[in-house]
Amino acid sequence: MTRVQDSDEAVVEVEGLVAAYGDRRILHGVDFRVARGEIRVIMGGSGSGKSTLLRHLLGLERPRAGTVRLFGKDIHRLPSGALQALRRRIGVSFQGGALFNSMTVLENVMFPLREHTRLDERTMRIMARMKMEVVNLAGFDDLLPAQLSGGMIKRAALARALVMDPQLLFFDEPSAGLDPVVSAELDELILRLRDTLGITIVVVTHELDSAFKIADTITVLDRGRILMTGPREAVRTADDARIQALLNRRPEALQVDPQEYLERLTRMN
Amino acid sequence: MRALTVGLGRRVHAGISEFGYASLLFFEGLYWLLAGPFRRQPVRLSAIAAEMVNIGVSAIPIVCVLAFANGVMMALQGIYTLKDFGAEAQVIPGLGYSITREFGALIVGIVVAGRSGSAIAARIGAMQMSQEIDALRVMGIHPVRYLVSPLLLGMMVMVPVLTVLADAAALSGGGLLCVMQLHMSFGAFWDAVLAVLVPWDFLQGLLKSLVFAVLITLVGVTNGFMAEGGADGLGRITTRSVVLCIAAIIVADMIFTFFLSR
Ligand SMILES: Nc1ncnc2c1ncn2[C@@H]1O[C@H](COP(=O)(O)OP(=O)(O)OP(=O)(O)O)[C@@H](O)[C@H]1O
Ligand SMILES: [Mg+2]
Repeated sequence: MTRVQDSDEAVVEVEGLVAAYGDRRILHGVDFRVARGEIRVIMGGSGSGKSTLLRHLLGLERPRAGTVRLFGKDIHRLPSGALQALRRRIGVSFQGGALFNSMTVLENVMFPLREHTRLDERTMRIMARMKMEVVNLAGFDDLLPAQLSGGMIKRAALARALVMDPQLLFFDEPSAGLDPVVSAELDELILRLRDTLGITIVVVTHELDSAFKIADTITVLDRGRILMTGPREAVRTADDARIQALLNRRPEALQVDPQEYLERLTRMN
Repeated sequence: MRALTVGLGRRVHAGISEFGYASLLFFEGLYWLLAGPFRRQPVRLSAIAAEMVNIGVSAIPIVCVLAFANGVMMALQGIYTLKDFGAEAQVIPGLGYSITREFGALIVGIVVAGRSGSAIAARIGAMQMSQEIDALRVMGIHPVRYLVSPLLLGMMVMVPVLTVLADAAALSGGGLLCVMQLHMSFGAFWDAVLAVLVPWDFLQGLLKSLVFAVLITLVGVTNGFMAEGGADGLGRITTRSVVLCIAAIIVADMIFTFFLSR
């Protein structure tokens, strides 16, 4: 579809990415690119491979084929020292938060500073508290992750992802499992981050409302293939049957070949 | 039959790759201890100190009690057996050799395996499942440097230290029995023990304990990193970790003793 961006401005570039767990192929050759300062939403049904794609973008899994370039560097070819330096420019908020359970919220948010900088304790504390203000968590310094609600965990994870002032932010399912008000707050926050700080943001979600609210461009993933990448209006009005099925929550259109369906049900392993 | 061979083959393969993974963790753990400061990712002294307290300091009471009781038992058995030959006094060198070369390290190994082998696997396994390890990696923090290196060093310091304590406690236990049964003074017992022992006897025990320390760490972290599934997965790896730790310690001890006592 529409190519929105120039190559030299691409912060994320994925080419021919093939991913598999064991013998099971999950992604069948995925291509896309995200320009600087863009908010890209990767959308798709449950099990379509969104989190798998994200894990490959983060260099947590090795692709079977294809390349992933962040800031122009192939992360799977980079020597480990350079990769670790690159990762300091990237913030990640995981689907489940992935806060360190043995540390308080403040310690969690301070952690990247403690590991990567030589700032003194007071400065780190101030910087961490500033990010906690940004995500509306001021005053919850001493709580442990087990004492937080789902929305607070997401916000704390976001504060930790932002504390090193990243140029690129990955956010897996910001609004899944949250009430509409909190999830709308998070959406506002994402927009504000891009507008005020110019961060490039890649959001993975299957919440349609949230996707259309924050996205500049949307990549629609379906069963390990990209159906379409384009500006949100183009995706909303696309006439591809499967995209419309996804957007309008029509399960029947997602069902494919009746013959194949019967075979699946009657298969004897 | 075919299923059996395939199953066996798969298990052997899994075992070998697990062993390879553990060796890799060992060398990576050492690598970060040595090279961390030059790569601007030093292993934190505070982390090492915390592990040393966890592994070592809080194990002191139980190690001392068990070692002392073991010394008493060995003295009892020894005196009882040697009485028939009228050679009760020979219990003293027997105690000295077996405690310093063998049982001090073994008791510490088993206690630390039970306390820390399971705790390490549970802690790292839980972090693996809640994606905390992934979070470390994407922050550019090497999980081995952050989690394994401090443990490895803490273990390699504390297990030998505990072994020295266990030697002392077990010899005291044995000494107490000798004082009561052989009508000698405590001072005379110590003189007799130290007269037969040479530094190499203590060193054997300490070398063993160093190997145990590495084994316990590696079994614990390997199981932790391989964790998957939910709470039952965590239960499985902690149990597996303790059993494997103790098995590894006893087998290693046997091999060690075989070569050292030739
Ligand atoms: N560690 C794994 N090992 C094996 N298969 C996996 C693993 N993780 C995911 N899968 C499989 O990969 C496929 C895609 O999963 P993925 O988590 O990427 O989906 P998703 O799009 O993120 O779904 P959701 O919206 O539910 O989070 C699924 O069929 C899943 O079974
Ligand atoms: Mg997912």
